[in-house]
Amino acid sequence: MGGIAQVRQAFALLAFCTLFANTALSHAQAAPPAPTARFVVVLDAAHGGDDLGAHLSSGQQEKAVTLALSIRLRSVLSARGIQVVTTRESDQSIDRNARAETANRANAQACLSLHVTESGSGVHLFASSLAPTPAIHFAAWKTAQSAWVTRSLALAGALNSALGQAGTTVTLGRTPLPAIESMTCPAVAVEIAPQRSADHKITAEPDDPAYQAQIATALGAALLEWKSEAHQP
Amino acid sequence: MIPRYQIILFSVLVAASLIMGGLLWQLRERAHQRLVAGEDSAPTKAPAVAPNEQATLLVADDDDNSLRSQIHSLPLPADPGARARAVLGKLLDLYAAPDSAHAVPGGANSVAQVFLLPVPGTPDSQQPDALLAVVNLSSAFVASHPSGIETETLTVLSICGTLHANLPHVTQVRFLVDGKSRPTLADHADLTRTYLTADAETANQ
Repeated sequence: MGGIAQVRQAFALLAFCTLFANTALSHAQAAPPAPTARFVVVLDAAHGGDDLGAHLSSGQQEKAVTLALSIRLRSVLSARGIQVVTTRESDQSIDRNARAETANRANAQACLSLHVTESGSGVHLFASSLAPTPAIHFAAWKTAQSAWVTRSLALAGALNSALGQAGTTVTLGRTPLPAIESMTCPAVAVEIAPQRSADHKITAEPDDPAYQAQIATALGAALLEWKSEAHQP
Repeated sequence: MIPRYQIILFSVLVAASLIMGGLLWQLRERAHQRLVAGEDSAPTKAPAVAPNEQATLLVADDDDNSLRSQIHSLPLPADPGARARAVLGKLLDLYAAPDSAHAVPGGANSVAQVFLLPVPGTPDSQQPDALLAVVNLSSAFVASHPSGIETETLTVLSICGTLHANLPHVTQVRFLVDGKSRPTLADHADLTRTYLTADAETANQ
């Protein structure tokens, strides 16, 4: 009797295994195609609240101009079907860690820290000066950007190309910038300086709406190109 | 009749008084001469002026975000700390000039001191005598510095590069403002970190 029971148990186990294997196989064959990866851009309007930033010759403060630029760029990107996350929507003081937390939670494919200045000309693009490192699960907060530096440099190159095509003077650089060094995304600081003629006279201030629109359009085109590259197999 | 011994005693006392009077007169004359000599405000010895030497300055240019190497001749003291302050003073004088491509007011007085210290931590076998330069800037310089990532980064890197070009043992640079730590130069460039002079060399290439 005991032998028959053992045979029955063996058959039951075999049947269960066969059923499980068939179910797994059918699930694998009928699995829906992977959803298209979402493309998110984080816009970080620098300064805000008590942190005024630079004072422009027009009397404007950097915090107000970066917020205006962020809103303008958000519209340009949204119109192109790009999902945008902003670190601030009003004149409020936000800690640099909170900005990085927002960017990191968004799992973004591009993070732009927006600044304006009165010195220099055109647009200054800065990537972190951290040395590139391989990606690890638990990165140090202050140097989290190091695993993304290579992608950040590529993003800076894409922005440089689009701005150059739009006729904007661009300077590229790398700097230790705390605002982006905790971000786990391709991150670039975009600093808008006055537009100058060949004899260094200012032809457009950073808070000039037409100048901002020109730059926002070029950045939008660059991010659209960046999106298409990101979605290539 | 005056006794003989009293006449002798009187004579000795008169002679001693005359001698002492003469000595006092001489001492007074000497003291007067010393006093007159002390009141003379004219310099008696020329101040020691350091000889002119060639110094390499990494000068920032806002137009193309670059650092350009320039050779200048200026008096350089023998003491390394004073030497570092002299070259940085010259660099900041160039920035304060009206036609500067990296305009920053302040000039030479913006650098209060430069302290040269051994690099903390484990000794580097490649360069065991490596130095950390602590540059103490004035708050007036920081308050008047233009705000912006590019302009602030160029100021920091040009200071680091200039120090290394003239004092090759300086491999790291830190900043203080009026002797205290400060988060940023003008809201952007981080002044809490230690900068490597190699960063300035990379920017200069």
